[in-house]
Amino acid sequence: MGDLLFIFVSALVINNFTLALFLGLCPFMGVSARVATAVRLGMANIFIMLITALCAWFLNTYILENMPYLRLISFIVIIASLVQITEVTIKKISPKLFRELGIFLPLITTNCAILGLAIFQTNRGYDFAQGMVFALGAGLGVTLALVLMASIRERLQFSSVPSLAKGVGMVMILAGSLSLAFMGFAGLFSA
Amino acid sequence: MRPWRGTGWEDRSGGEGTMEEPRLRLMAAPHLHAQDSTARIMWSVVATLVPVVLAAVWFFGAGVLLVIGAAMLGAMLVERLLGPGGAIRDGSAAITGLLLGLTLPPGFPLWMAFIGGAFGIGFGKLIFGGLGQNIFNPALLGRAFLQAAFPTAITTWPAVRPGEVLTFQGDLLAAPLMTPAEVDVVTQATPLGLWKFEGEVTGLWDLFVGATGGSLGETSAILILLGGAYLVARNYMNWRIPVGIFATVGLLSILFGLFDPTFPGPLFMIFSGGLVLGAVYMATDMVTSPITNGGAWIFAFGIGFLVVLIRGWGGLPEGVMYAILIMNALVPFIERITQPRVFGKERGVKKAEAA
Repeated sequence: MGDLLFIFVSALVINNFTLALFLGLCPFMGVSARVATAVRLGMANIFIMLITALCAWFLNTYILENMPYLRLISFIVIIASLVQITEVTIKKISPKLFRELGIFLPLITTNCAILGLAIFQTNRGYDFAQGMVFALGAGLGVTLALVLMASIRERLQFSSVPSLAKGVGMVMILAGSLSLAFMGFAGLFSA
Repeated sequence: MRPWRGTGWEDRSGGEGTMEEPRLRLMAAPHLHAQDSTARIMWSVVATLVPVVLAAVWFFGAGVLLVIGAAMLGAMLVERLLGPGGAIRDGSAAITGLLLGLTLPPGFPLWMAFIGGAFGIGFGKLIFGGLGQNIFNPALLGRAFLQAAFPTAITTWPAVRPGEVLTFQGDLLAAPLMTPAEVDVVTQATPLGLWKFEGEVTGLWDLFVGATGGSLGETSAILILLGGAYLVARNYMNWRIPVGIFATVGLLSILFGLFDPTFPGPLFMIFSGGLVLGAVYMATDMVTSPITNGGAWIFAFGIGFLVVLIRGWGGLPEGVMYAILIMNALVPFIERITQPRVFGKERGVKKAEAA
């Protein structure tokens, strides 16, 4: 149980995918201008991460036991097709949610954070429960980073940011500052 | 344009009015002023920190003045070169440099302190548009940068030598980017380091007066509290933030002490490390703390919680800086959820655009 908690906290803040490992930065830069959209993208991320962890565990346990060289390509194919299936399903059963997610859902297909999740999970040899907790923590961590960034950016709309730092430059500086702050979590619960 | 030329109404500059031609002084609201201005508040904060600096000189020697001076020089130079004209006079850059200097160990190489001050003002404040617009506390951002860039230098704590004012401890004049020279320094572990790695608890009186190893301003709790009390009395500081932080840290350490007898008592947790300086002078920064009182309580609770979490279970002995920076990042969010109800609107009714 303590093991699961450590995996969760580690993925959430200590090794936060966005702020400590710098994975999945494109949506972090692109879709963090408003809090409402950032939350939705975060939710989509959590969902895809959970089903990716599930599938990666299934593949590793039952299919790819003796052919590790096929892992990478299998993960890529399975993530892409899963996201596609999810998209079609959501479109059918909840057109409203589909419209809200918009481009974000297919965007996640090519997100390195998702592939990173599957690879970390494989390399660390997580079992089913560990993998799911890891995916949940990582997804919530990405959501946390997105919402933090979006709320800061909304506030900065009223600031007279010098022109050389406007736009992506500002986001990069904020990401660096947030990352400095999150260094305080280093080594948490590891002693 | 003077529409009432010749009627006496345009005369704002003196001269006694008469019954026929009354003198009318025209000015825009507000008509009642306090004497407080940004510069006055900032320089008051600097003044309350002078005793703390003198205490640091007493405990660590005159070398600390060089460390603080280098940090202030870095901050003020960048403000002067890149900031809006005249901004140096409001004293905010001086405070950033001073507070950064107080978070550094005595004997910290001067060029690093200079870079820390320059980084804090440049990337912590000016890049956001200057005073009043920054997200993170500039002094703490500068220190977080130094901690990431020079982890060894910033955790080398020369021993406290009360009264030996004319000593210059440490490798103050290290050349930039060179391998540091072998300088003999008598070091002393900080109280938190002693507790975390040796399981030893420092006496309370030493903590309270400040005769312990540590950063320059981490030591004399009593002087910091007195300075803070003055600022609270002048209403330059929201008292809810330090009180909330102390209460949270105290209560949490009592709570964890129930489960784990080795967990130090609340007074040790409050008076050790940078908590007093951080809670009184850093967390209360007007720009980077929540504007609502409810938000201030949440902010304070978050800092206290993170401090106990990082001190108790983190890899680092001290976490006040990171706790405040993380809560700084959450301030826009806290202000969003503690926004007061607009008069005439019902609670819980969402705005149309949020749907």
